[in-house]
Amino acid sequence: MSEDQNNNHSGVGLVVRGLRKSFGEQEVLKGLDIEVKPGEIFVIMGPSGSGKSVLLKHLIGLEEPDAGEILINGEPLTTPEIAAKYRMALVFQSGALLNSLTLGENVGLYLTEHHLKSPDEIKKIVEEKLADVGLKDAVDKMPSELSGGMKKRAAIARALVIEPQLILYDEPTSELDPLSAVVIGNEILDLNRRIHVTSLVVSHDRDLAFGVADRIAVIIDGQIVTVGTPDEVKNFNDPRVKEFLHADFKREK
Amino acid sequence: MFENIGEIVLLFWRTLLALPQAWRQRDKVFDQFFEIGNASLLMVCVLSFFIGAVIALQTGPVLVESSLPSAVGGVVGIAIAKELAPVMMAILIAGRIGSAMAAELGSMRVYQEIDALRTMNINPIHYLVLPRILAIAVALPLLVVFSVLVGWFGGATVADLNHRMEIPYRVFFSDLRDIVELRDVANGVFKSFCFAIIIGVVSCHQGLVTIGGPRGIGRSVTKAVVNSIVLIVIFDYLLTRFLLK
Ligand SMILES: Nc1ncnc2c1ncn2[C@@H]1O[C@H](COP(=O)(O)OP(=O)(O)OP(=O)(O)O)[C@@H](O)[C@H]1O
Ligand SMILES: [Mg+2]
Repeated sequence: MSEDQNNNHSGVGLVVRGLRKSFGEQEVLKGLDIEVKPGEIFVIMGPSGSGKSVLLKHLIGLEEPDAGEILINGEPLTTPEIAAKYRMALVFQSGALLNSLTLGENVGLYLTEHHLKSPDEIKKIVEEKLADVGLKDAVDKMPSELSGGMKKRAAIARALVIEPQLILYDEPTSELDPLSAVVIGNEILDLNRRIHVTSLVVSHDRDLAFGVADRIAVIIDGQIVTVGTPDEVKNFNDPRVKEFLHADFKREK
Repeated sequence: MFENIGEIVLLFWRTLLALPQAWRQRDKVFDQFFEIGNASLLMVCVLSFFIGAVIALQTGPVLVESSLPSAVGGVVGIAIAKELAPVMMAILIAGRIGSAMAAELGSMRVYQEIDALRTMNINPIHYLVLPRILAIAVALPLLVVFSVLVGWFGGATVADLNHRMEIPYRVFFSDLRDIVELRDVANGVFKSFCFAIIIGVVSCHQGLVTIGGPRGIGRSVTKAVVNSIVLIVIFDYLLTRFLLK
């Protein structure tokens, strides 16, 4: 498989220019521009329904843009070949584990299906990644036996197995208790340090966002309102941004 | 109902192109295969026995009264082998297995599991569709062979016990052998192979295009079964008329 040819483990850069997408009458993304540097942790915050999940689906090739372009390391993400050349992973908001497989099989699925490792090696990697997210004892459980937060953590483990160069997290901490949220936040930081993966985190979680982000973008109503370091965004003088960050803070506590 | 015919043919074509992957997916093919057998063997048995029985009951007395008792075995044998076993089993399997395929793939679609596969560069056609279609394409013809045998036995039992016929088993089967050729059975089995492809492709397609939550899954299941059955009946005529004279 072509993804094997790319042994470069460090993160990739991501550029989005003028991205537009409508579903029927409803325009969800209204000309969106983002630039994420290789190895950066970039957090996108924004109210529910502002198009964050739709944006992530475009980045991983699950949706076709109506207009605009997406560049991975300067290459337009238009053909499956380019998409397959770089290892990218999306941690779905809902987890999206395969319900017919055990947790271990889910996490190892990428390796099993692409025949990248022997079964013993896969077993070891799966245990390792599950231990990373605190699910060591749940290897043989079915997804239906897990809590929402456990599913989310398993989904992160499944993404890690791909050893991605770009990892997209859709609300990684939305269903987690504060302690697990910190664990996940630290895992995001740690991965970034260890393999220099580029991380794009979509989150409502103010603590997570300001805790891990190199830069933060605020998306409201399909457009980026502001981009900057956490301090810049915190002090950004826009009533909508202030209101959002504030309201978010109150809800989370 | 037929607005998706183009997509269905396309899915069939893509599945054919995926055939070289079959060996890699063998475990899943076996899983599906045994699931089909498990889910339907008993039903096939009961259904086939009674189909054979009722055909003997409907035709036997008439033939005996017209002093053609030796035709009973042949009529029952031909009717079951060429027509009733393949079509009835296909309809049964559409209801039992096609619906399950549409429901499973539909829920995978709705709950983003298929999206998740795609993000992992796992082709849903290789991973989900191919094993199901291969399994049903092998399982249904085998079930039909089994169904033919049980159906004949059902017919023979009625012919033997019914006081208006009273044709002993041995006579029934020797009459049957005089008329039914291996080719007739092969005809039926070939038809059932085509029906299996129809059920598999239609149901998987319907599952993959499911939208809109649990209600969407329900709609997909109904559509998969109804469309499969309609296509089975249409193809039954076409195959019989043009291929299997
Ligand atoms: N496949 C689709 N078809 C039609 N509309 C869609 C589709 N996907 C998303 N939308 C619409 O796009 C808008 C943005 O959805 P999206 O899921 O991106 O929100 P979000 O920012 O991720 O919100 P949340 O924080 O609640 O997850 C919503 O109004 C939604 O109804
Ligand atoms: Mg979302």
